[in-house]
Amino acid sequence: MAQERKIKIIVAKPGLDGHDRGAKLLARIFAEAGMEVVYTGLRQTPEMIVETALQEDADVVGMSSLSGVHNYFFPRAVELLKEKGLDDVLVVGGGIIPREDVDGLKNAGVKAIFGPGTDTNDIVTFIKDNVRN
Amino acid sequence: MSEEKSLEKVKAGKEKWDQGSVQKTLSKAPERRKTFTSISNIPVERLYTPWDVANLDYGNDLGFPGEYPFTRGVQPTMYRGRFWTMRQYAGFGSAAESNERYRYLLQQGQTGLSVAFDLPTQAGYDSDHPLSMGEVGKVGVAIDSIEDMRVLFDSIPLDKVTTSMTINAPATVLLAMYLAIAEEQGVPFDKVGGTVQNDILKEITVRGQYIYPPKPSMRLTVDLIDYCFKNVPKWNSISISGYHIREAGSTAGQEMAFTLADGIAYVQACVERGMAVDSFAPRLSFFFNSFTNVLEEVAKFRAGRRYWARVMKERFGAKDPRSMMMRYHVQTGGVTLTAQQPLNNVVRVALQAYAAALGGCQSLHTNSYDEALCLPTQDAVTVALRTQQIVAEESGAADTIDPLAGSYFVEAMTDKIEAEIDDYIKKIDAMGGTLTAIEQGFVQREIQNSAYRFQREIESTERVYVGINKYTMEEPPPTNLLKVDMSVGEVEEAKLKKMRAGRDAGKWKAALDHLREVSQSDQNVMPAVIEAVKAKATVGEICDVWRSIYGEYRPKEFV
Repeated sequence: MAQERKIKIIVAKPGLDGHDRGAKLLARIFAEAGMEVVYTGLRQTPEMIVETALQEDADVVGMSSLSGVHNYFFPRAVELLKEKGLDDVLVVGGGIIPREDVDGLKNAGVKAIFGPGTDTNDIVTFIKDNVRN
Repeated sequence: MSEEKSLEKVKAGKEKWDQGSVQKTLSKAPERRKTFTSISNIPVERLYTPWDVANLDYGNDLGFPGEYPFTRGVQPTMYRGRFWTMRQYAGFGSAAESNERYRYLLQQGQTGLSVAFDLPTQAGYDSDHPLSMGEVGKVGVAIDSIEDMRVLFDSIPLDKVTTSMTINAPATVLLAMYLAIAEEQGVPFDKVGGTVQNDILKEITVRGQYIYPPKPSMRLTVDLIDYCFKNVPKWNSISISGYHIREAGSTAGQEMAFTLADGIAYVQACVERGMAVDSFAPRLSFFFNSFTNVLEEVAKFRAGRRYWARVMKERFGAKDPRSMMMRYHVQTGGVTLTAQQPLNNVVRVALQAYAAALGGCQSLHTNSYDEALCLPTQDAVTVALRTQQIVAEESGAADTIDPLAGSYFVEAMTDKIEAEIDDYIKKIDAMGGTLTAIEQGFVQREIQNSAYRFQREIESTERVYVGINKYTMEEPPPTNLLKVDMSVGEVEEAKLKKMRAGRDAGKWKAALDHLREVSQSDQNVMPAVIEAVKAKATVGEICDVWRSIYGEYRPKEFV
């Protein structure tokens, strides 16, 4: 049996939002937790994010949004992943996401939403527990 | 010397106290922690005495308010003359909705406007651009053309209020629209006052709303500064911003250091353009953050004022004292607000506003307690404005100038932060200036390292954050959150389509052609931009002219 492969995660900033403190911080924390991290930079469309996931053979896509566009971008990315046959990629999100939007996002296939004040260890644990084998 | 003698006495006394009373107490009850540090990780001692400020030279280091080196403030009477300008950053949805909020705020005693634009406007895209999808009217007001600008300032006399606009890459375009509306209202340019942020360097470093590569961006920045000092003398043509540097995770010292480094780059660029330093420097303004650690913030503001005065005088040879004044706006710290127990944020904002007042700001925005949850509701905005009114009217902070001067701790901290600023500026100079330091990722990495350290301190509970890692509790979901109407995008698109169909196509094309010509020459672009907005060219169309000439910027990412 092959040794355990490193988890590969795309950290993405969808839309025009420039708040990347959280995304960059998590990119570093994921790397320290032993994951392979690709940070997309700003101004990503869902298409660009999914293309990166495909190219990189990613296990996880994490999106961060603080400008209020999550309801459009997150579900759209999930949909495109499905279209590309990447159903088993774990999708998570974070940022300023009103609690009332969380259920809708989860129903759309975003597995977890991490808001401000989340302990980053909890995020790492969630990803390790829920990523495909 | 008797002064030296008395200092020696203080030193001896402190040693005795340390070894005597302190040790005795410590042996029975240890302190809460081994070492104490400020939120910016600056060590904080148990006690400060005259010994810690022994090198302070009152005349050279502090002086008097309104006089060099301005440590104690930029005006001789400060808030005894008039309070700082109370300026709440606002804007959402359509121009009409935002206009309504502005008029409400002015009725409530606010004294200046501060316009938040939506992200498409900030990134130079019209509301119907594919990248604008979902973003129209979200974090600010959507402005496509002069028609929106006219609605935004409807019934607001532009000679009576000053307006600050948070706009950077397309700053020339939005200023041009503002000036065109002033002209329509019959207000001459020399009666128009306000600020555009126009600070592209921090967009590249931390805020992300850039369009063009650094060099042509700097050209537009300097064009605006140059145009304003000749034609709009009361306009602050740049607001050199540390606010977003701090939000991105920097320490207080880094915030001040990297902002002043950017300031040096702008002054240098203007001087290289051939402008005399005293012609434009009096209109430079700054923008800083204010966190909850009141004493550190006050020290930061004082250190920054002193350092900038020296830079302008010694490095750039400014003669006019106004060129040496670090005048600035403050916004309380957005990242300090918690989504947990949001009402606690009212207290954080109050302390931060108090720090801004004690530190000597010229204008202030106080955040709303619900901003970690959503765009602020009207109720939350009202509390925020009342908070600074309480600081101004009730706290006493406004009645005497620089009241914390002479505090051994605050003076020692001021010196410490000034030394940190100086270290960074020297490092950046050695690299060849801010632009190089940014291109190499130095500034970004320093900020990210601080953000990382802070996050780890919170998670290890080494640093306490109320409601996050201590005193937490179960809460019901928050209610009464502001929702921006999702249909704003469609409405704006339709409006834009109608405007495009109705405008004089010949005039519009001629104006854009002329702008293209000017942009490829050495001439200042501002007059051509004003002409273009009057011909109803949109933000996106004007920015596209420059995109086609200058190209678009894609930064290297430093993670």
